[in-house]
Amino acid sequence: MAKEIETVCITTGPTEVGDYVTLNIGPIHPAMHGTLRVITKTDGETIISAKPEIGYLHRGVEKLGENLTYSQFLPITDRLNYCSAICNNVAYEMAVEKLLGIEVPPKAQLIRMIMMELARIADHEVCVGILGVDLGALTPFFYLIIQREEIYEIFEWHHGARLTNSMGAIGGVEADLPDRFHEKWPRMRDSIRKANDDTDKLLTHNRIWMDRTVGVNAFCGDDALNWGFTGPMLRACGVKRDLRKNEPYLLYDKVDFDIPAGKHGDVFDRYMVRMLEMEQSVKIIDQAYAMYKELPEDAPLMKKVPKILRPPAGQIYHAIESPNGELGFFIRSDGSDKPYRIKIRPPCYMVYQAFDDLVKGEMISDLIACLSSLNVIAGELDR
Amino acid sequence: MKFQAIHGEGWLLTKAEQLINWGRSRSPWPFPYGTACCGIELMCALASGYDMARFGAERVAFTPRQCDVLIEAGTITKKMVPVLKRIYAQMAEPKWVIAVGACACSGGVFRTYSTAQGIGSIIPVDVYIPGCPPRPEGILYALLKLIDKIEADHPLYKQRSKVVEALEAAK
Amino acid sequence: MSLKERVANILKNDLLEITESKGDVCVEISRQTLVNALKRLKEEGGFDFLSDLLGIDNSDLYAKPKKKKKKTEDGTEQEQEEKGPPPPRFEVVYLLLSLSTNERLQVRVRVPEDDLELPSVTSLWRSANWPERETFDMFGIRFNGHPNMRRLLMWDEFQDYPLRKDYPLEGKGEERHLNYNIA
Repeated sequence: MAKEIETVCITTGPTEVGDYVTLNIGPIHPAMHGTLRVITKTDGETIISAKPEIGYLHRGVEKLGENLTYSQFLPITDRLNYCSAICNNVAYEMAVEKLLGIEVPPKAQLIRMIMMELARIADHEVCVGILGVDLGALTPFFYLIIQREEIYEIFEWHHGARLTNSMGAIGGVEADLPDRFHEKWPRMRDSIRKANDDTDKLLTHNRIWMDRTVGVNAFCGDDALNWGFTGPMLRACGVKRDLRKNEPYLLYDKVDFDIPAGKHGDVFDRYMVRMLEMEQSVKIIDQAYAMYKELPEDAPLMKKVPKILRPPAGQIYHAIESPNGELGFFIRSDGSDKPYRIKIRPPCYMVYQAFDDLVKGEMISDLIACLSSLNVIAGELDR
Repeated sequence: MKFQAIHGEGWLLTKAEQLINWGRSRSPWPFPYGTACCGIELMCALASGYDMARFGAERVAFTPRQCDVLIEAGTITKKMVPVLKRIYAQMAEPKWVIAVGACACSGGVFRTYSTAQGIGSIIPVDVYIPGCPPRPEGILYALLKLIDKIEADHPLYKQRSKVVEALEAAK
Repeated sequence: MSLKERVANILKNDLLEITESKGDVCVEISRQTLVNALKRLKEEGGFDFLSDLLGIDNSDLYAKPKKKKKKTEDGTEQEQEEKGPPPPRFEVVYLLLSLSTNERLQVRVRVPEDDLELPSVTSLWRSANWPERETFDMFGIRFNGHPNMRRLLMWDEFQDYPLRKDYPLEGKGEERHLNYNIA
């Protein structure tokens, strides 16, 4: 049946099956973010069912991980969620450090925190910008992209890459915060807030925006938990759960921040949660930077680790709160220099599998709004 | 005797070619086919800040039927190969292809069971951009290189046999 | 009461083995009691969130015969091969999380190579839907009772199971062809 639909849809477009029309959207569709594909069954404009088809960006990352050493796998983690590569790097580094049983010096932890929060802001900016573009609001995207370029500038100063950062190493970070960061950050804090304010003014109370987002794809918290939602998607449904608070890692238990949460789990709530989280991230960076300032300048950045890592046999799972939700690494070691099995738990994988439930009964144009608000990144979805 | 100009590279043909090339090179409408990480950098190149529209790539066509340049940014997996072939077949002539990033050029770091090792063996590529991912400046430079290539093209001379045939038939 | 004791209390006789590595508790249960045990863990133990589910191919691990160092009477070390049949080739690990106490638990089940079947847990957690399909896609382990047991990441005509240890990293040269029936 599936095969039949595939061939029919690609060639001749909508074909009637019973009383409904089967409509194929993607994988090359401007609103499908490159590689996502949904096969929908529609009654007029109403969606009866929507079956996502994934795997168009399956690059064999997990198999590759089994054939590379622990340090060699670090650059591959950049290519999972490429909107916030630093979060993947840190998640992987922390998982291996847990396996090795080492603790990173506090200065390295603070640098990781600062960089991760910057990456979170960059990720949310892309998500909100693209959500706007897909719904026809192009201007906020331009404001946010300019802001993101500034964040990229800091990444470039620190570790030399814009997008695929490969920040740090197992055992700490290699470089201190760049000198220029100290002058840049006070100015940047204001410009991030300004870009957010501009976006907020353009979108939040905009009549068209509200018509397109409020009450669209509302989802309840219990269902969300059953489906395995995490991150902003879960918080938009009203469940206040954030691994930074619930299972604190790095020095997140020493900073003070709130968890923004929505109520209805609709597209508008997801948008609002992301906007408010950017505000909280700025707050976290400020506090982490203050703590960083208190440390002596020559404080160590790296824990001494052997060049070839051979963790003891065992299996661990470690998860952090990436911009999309719980990003976990399961690693089994057999005592050799290569991981025996690596499994990545991508946050948007769990969210996207509930797509059928999310969009059932909505209009086709709401499907686009829903998909953009999920922030599905194909790299980590398919791995 | 009237068609001498067409058999060789006569004055008329050269001027007509220059006119065509001028038109083509000033408006290479791109089709952004961003599948992975490079798609994000392509997005930066298209958006404010780098602004690819300065070089004529003003209108981003989201349909392969109304575009000139296929900018293939990102990994092509074996599952995607038939789709890419079909997208390329849907484009109208003249068409050009830019392969952005290591994955599109050669498969990059993903030398695995599910990744196609470069799109060069699937569709003809005009400009390759190395980098994983390349910076937006790299993408702009590739576009300029492509414009150079278009300007040096001989669209009529290439098709002279067809033109002669058509003219003979008209006589 | 520690996590280990609580889990042992809930599982009672179903518990085959309980191990701890770097603070992660892992329990092993048998295939027959899987759904029942997970249900009790969910309802009585409070492990109400399924983070993920993954398969592991252990064939490489067991390919090298386990050697045990044994000291003989005169002090020299002698290597002795462990006897007995090798354990089943595949295993599936369920990563559970308790939302109220924020504790994590790994549950593992062994699956022999000649009978690659497991009961599906999609009735307990709907989040098991795609991970189970992916495990089938990558290892060939079928989940009975799953609503849609098809390949997830690879295309439907793909023959092998890529994450098995005997499958080469660069593949066997498979290619995908779609037959467009253009009228």
